[in-house]
Amino acid sequence: MKHLLTMEGVDRATLASLLDDADEFYEVMHRPIPKVPALRGKTVATMFFEPSTRTKLSFERAAKALSADTLSFSPGTSSLKKGESLKDTVLTVKAMGADLMVVRHTSTGAAWRVAEWTDLPVVNGGDGAHQHPTQALLDSLTLRQHFGSLDGLRIAIVGDIRHSRVARSDVFAFNTLGAEVTLVAPPTLLPPDLTGWPATASNSLDDVLTEVDAIYLLRVQAERGGASVFPSVAEYRERFGMTDARFNRLKPDTIVLHPGPMIRGIEIDGGVADDPRCKVLEQVTNGVAVRMAVLFQLLGGSKDA
Amino acid sequence: MRAVMSGSDMGRALRRIAHEIVERNRGTGGIIVVGIRTRGGPLADRLVAILEEVEGAAVASGILDIGMYRDDLDQRPRTVLGPTEMPSQIDGKTIVLVDDVLYTGRTIRAALDALADLGRAAVVQLAVVVDRGHRELPIRADFVGKNLPTARDEHVMVRVAEIDGEDGVWIEGPQAREEGSAA
Repeated sequence: MKHLLTMEGVDRATLASLLDDADEFYEVMHRPIPKVPALRGKTVATMFFEPSTRTKLSFERAAKALSADTLSFSPGTSSLKKGESLKDTVLTVKAMGADLMVVRHTSTGAAWRVAEWTDLPVVNGGDGAHQHPTQALLDSLTLRQHFGSLDGLRIAIVGDIRHSRVARSDVFAFNTLGAEVTLVAPPTLLPPDLTGWPATASNSLDDVLTEVDAIYLLRVQAERGGASVFPSVAEYRERFGMTDARFNRLKPDTIVLHPGPMIRGIEIDGGVADDPRCKVLEQVTNGVAVRMAVLFQLLGGSKDA
Repeated sequence: MRAVMSGSDMGRALRRIAHEIVERNRGTGGIIVVGIRTRGGPLADRLVAILEEVEGAAVASGILDIGMYRDDLDQRPRTVLGPTEMPSQIDGKTIVLVDDVLYTGRTIRAALDALADLGRAAVVQLAVVVDRGHRELPIRADFVGKNLPTARDEHVMVRVAEIDGEDGVWIEGPQAREEGSAA
């Protein structure tokens, strides 16, 4: 594996080896000294051309726990404001000694372009509404930790599927690992064409509620036009929100996941968000562990092997 | 490929090492026997079984994966990590590291770094089935099954039944490996 750009087409053995390594890094994170020297002397550049709190912090935490150095780029304070191109920006950071780049950008395919231009290992930290592969890995790890395996699990992904790189990444990872995925959203928030999605679709959360092992709630994404395609927030909550009432109807062992940031009172009620069956904080911890595994696999081996 | 220790030779060597561990440490109190993955794991388990039989008391054990601590990660294709399982507290304990072959000393260097991240042991000792020489670091073993003079281009193989289906130690020359007879 030279890059991690997408979850589409990644085979089961590759996913399993990343999750297995992540289990070991999870153990490292819980030691008195949560740091190993594996990537000493390597430099990880986080190139986030779109705002992010948790993903950027999580990659930086992962790099530091592996003893790598980090270079952090934020568009607000950069020469992009002066008109420097994306290509010149990443080549500049490469020239400073970056060994790997994590790229987040509003445009689909940005990470692929950076990989071509720089010839460095690249991790896609989210490109537009397209892919967010490390999110799918951390979600898969959270499910695997809880259930032991994803084989035969029934998972509903609920919300703004159409604009969601998280959903686009998760369906491929969950399906490859053996789960059955149902996408739940109003027709306006489903992709216009489901060809190529290894999942079924439903327009009713209440129909699938009692049949699933895990419910994955997506955030309503105002910045990607997600707010304009249903009449009101109240109506969304009424039909697709994980309210306390719906939560009480779930099977007793069904868990709830959310990629964060959660908007309490819209897609999730406060009582659900604070329930031990809501795994949001485990997801955050697992995010560091899977990113350690990804950085370790991309930077830990020899280039020609 | 030439056999240098049979399965029963290896069993006797482990038994002697167990007695030396007891003698050196005046018993097994405060000892943790720690195998280095992969073959150090079952070897440590066997030492623990003998120590418990000899002393009639439970002996703590652990297993250490040193994949995150190697100094040659850049030169290897891909390092597969395995679980590290250690008692929660190693401060003040006597750690007996167990590995199959002592060669350059780099694996032991990595294991010492890994141990230091887990706590501050009072003493660290090293037990190996074979010491084949050619050290690249100032490291030595406290308990050795067999000192085996080798050339650098020879290959020493320790097999343990739990992993390889049989016990014993073999040595093979460079030609043998080129002919593809390596196991």
